[in-house]
Amino acid sequence: MTKLSEIALNGLALGSVYALIALGFVVIFKASGVMNFAHASLLLLGGYVIARFHDELGFAGAVVVGVLATAAAAGVIEVLFIRGLGKVELHVLTILTIGVDILLTTELVRRIGSDKLSLGDPWGTDAAHIGDVYVAEARIAAIVVAVVLIGVFFIAFRFTSWGLSMRAASEDREAAALMGVRMKRVQLIAWCVAGGLAAVAAVFLTAAPTPGLDRTTGLVALKAFPAAVLGGMDSALGALIGSLLVGLTEALAAGYQSELDAFGGDVSSVAPYVVMILVLLVRPTGLLGSKELSRV
Amino acid sequence: MSDRLAALLRPAALGTLAGLVVLAALPFYLTDFWLLTGLFAMAAALGAIGLNLLSGTTGQLSLGHSFFLAVGAYGYIWFAGDDGRSGTHDVTGLGLPTPIALVAAVLLAGVMGGLFSPISGRLRGMYLGVATLALVFIGEHVMNNATTVTGGYNGRAAEPMTFFGFTLTDREPHLEVLGIEFGAYERLWYLALVLLVVGVVVARNLLRGRPGRALGAVRDSEIAAAVMGVPVARYRSAAFVVSSMYAGLAGVLLALVFGRVIPDYFGLALSIDYLAMIVIGGLGSVGGAVAGAAFVTVLPQLFAHYAGALPLVTATGTDGIGPQEASRYLYGAAIVLVLLFSPGGLAGLARRTAAPRRRAAGHGATSRPRTKEPQGADT
Repeated sequence: MTKLSEIALNGLALGSVYALIALGFVVIFKASGVMNFAHASLLLLGGYVIARFHDELGFAGAVVVGVLATAAAAGVIEVLFIRGLGKVELHVLTILTIGVDILLTTELVRRIGSDKLSLGDPWGTDAAHIGDVYVAEARIAAIVVAVVLIGVFFIAFRFTSWGLSMRAASEDREAAALMGVRMKRVQLIAWCVAGGLAAVAAVFLTAAPTPGLDRTTGLVALKAFPAAVLGGMDSALGALIGSLLVGLTEALAAGYQSELDAFGGDVSSVAPYVVMILVLLVRPTGLLGSKELSRV
Repeated sequence: MSDRLAALLRPAALGTLAGLVVLAALPFYLTDFWLLTGLFAMAAALGAIGLNLLSGTTGQLSLGHSFFLAVGAYGYIWFAGDDGRSGTHDVTGLGLPTPIALVAAVLLAGVMGGLFSPISGRLRGMYLGVATLALVFIGEHVMNNATTVTGGYNGRAAEPMTFFGFTLTDREPHLEVLGIEFGAYERLWYLALVLLVVGVVVARNLLRGRPGRALGAVRDSEIAAAVMGVPVARYRSAAFVVSSMYAGLAGVLLALVFGRVIPDYFGLALSIDYLAMIVIGGLGSVGGAVAGAAFVTVLPQLFAHYAGALPLVTATGTDGIGPQEASRYLYGAAIVLVLLFSPGGLAGLARRTAAPRRRAAGHGATSRPRTKEPQGADT
């Protein structure tokens, strides 16, 4: 039972980090209608900026700088590359973000080299006890921070005028624009929010017990794809549920690897994708994604 | 007869003919390094044609192309290979004659594409893209674990191709043509060239005939296509199958060229390379796919080869921008710039410069995707 609770807590922590990334995907998808592959490099950028500045500014200051820098970078990508294209085919935009990702990742990987950078997070390797259960403090922090941020996000989405514009925009872009929603601003803010969330996710992806930021950290964003998709690309709540599902599955598969040896080693790395395929077989637009309606 | 002669003498046909002659003559002039690069480019071109049928013409985004390449490569190795040991693993094989193994591997890739049809027939847009992403990761997992077929992490050697006792290797029989020794790469070159020509012709005929029109209609509007009598689900699945078979063929060629195939090669990066090829070449255009494949394959090699002579680029391992990084930059920039300034890719550019008169009439039906795409909740 202790093992199961430990696994569940770790899974929740992992899931909440995925949720930060997946929410970014959903926000961008709702605003610009594109699956943002450049998210992996934004995540890496956030981590890199924080790692560079934590000596001078302290951890908190570095996180603020990192979040702002990543948000700004996401905004720049939107302004430079996405906005100008207007209405083009979905996968043209998607491939464009892949191109941007290649550029940014190449630069960051060149700078990081083969180092493992510490982000200077305050949690170290301490573990917290809850009853018999041992969990790394960083994991608890990940859950708490994610809950707070996601809570703020949902409140903003529900009650602020940006949230209203955002919902209107994803409902019907043209109608929203005609009603006076400033689409450009809504989209820009969406990208910035997504970038900021990615930077926060980077902190928890590299905090103990993980060794630190290296050139492959950005690839974790790829695991948030199944999370966003199995929840439904245009549903923030779906992304949350999907992320927790993916996080729990991964943790369970890793924890019970010895029972799963029949499926080969390291099952946890493919478990999210298997879950996603199974869900999509039953519900082709994810758990909470809106069905595609078409007019001719 | 005079009509056919006239058709042969058209500039386009003459250009194609000249291109073929040049390609056939290249082994007499190129060093092994460039022959190898050319072989990779031809294999990539076959794969890119397949992906273009799927993503360019039918509008189904696939990030799983490398999975089908892997199926082709390992399928060939398994069909042609014998039982034995590879590194630390026992491996099995059917020991079929190699030409039959090639055909069987291509068919196997097609069957795998068909098995994916419950997904590919139902999912749309981004959902399909991410679902195919799963194929890459699940495929990597299977490749690393199914050691009796793949030889595990360190890969497995591929049986060289043999036609009636004539092997595509450096020896058996020793062959010299016009004073040039014909080694494995020279021999493989002609196999690759034949396969590529067949692949291009088949793809063109497919696209120009009824299936191509139907697939284009499916891309532009599934409902309109269905109303016109196109069985949408069947065509979507069929596009996936044909595209997988092209990928499988490319995989077999790669296995033959490499001589040894490792699972790591078939990662997500490879899928993205193929997407980049068709985007840079021009979505929906067969010639564009070939050009894009050549561009993406040859570019890094050019940089690696001429790193010393280029400004700003330094040798690998020193400070500054190495050749590897320089080619990554150029590659990323090429994708972004092509999409921003010439969404038709290289094929679109060529069309615009070659026939300015046609510009007013718009691009060809199969060459330029239309701009409307349902976007989940937005529609």
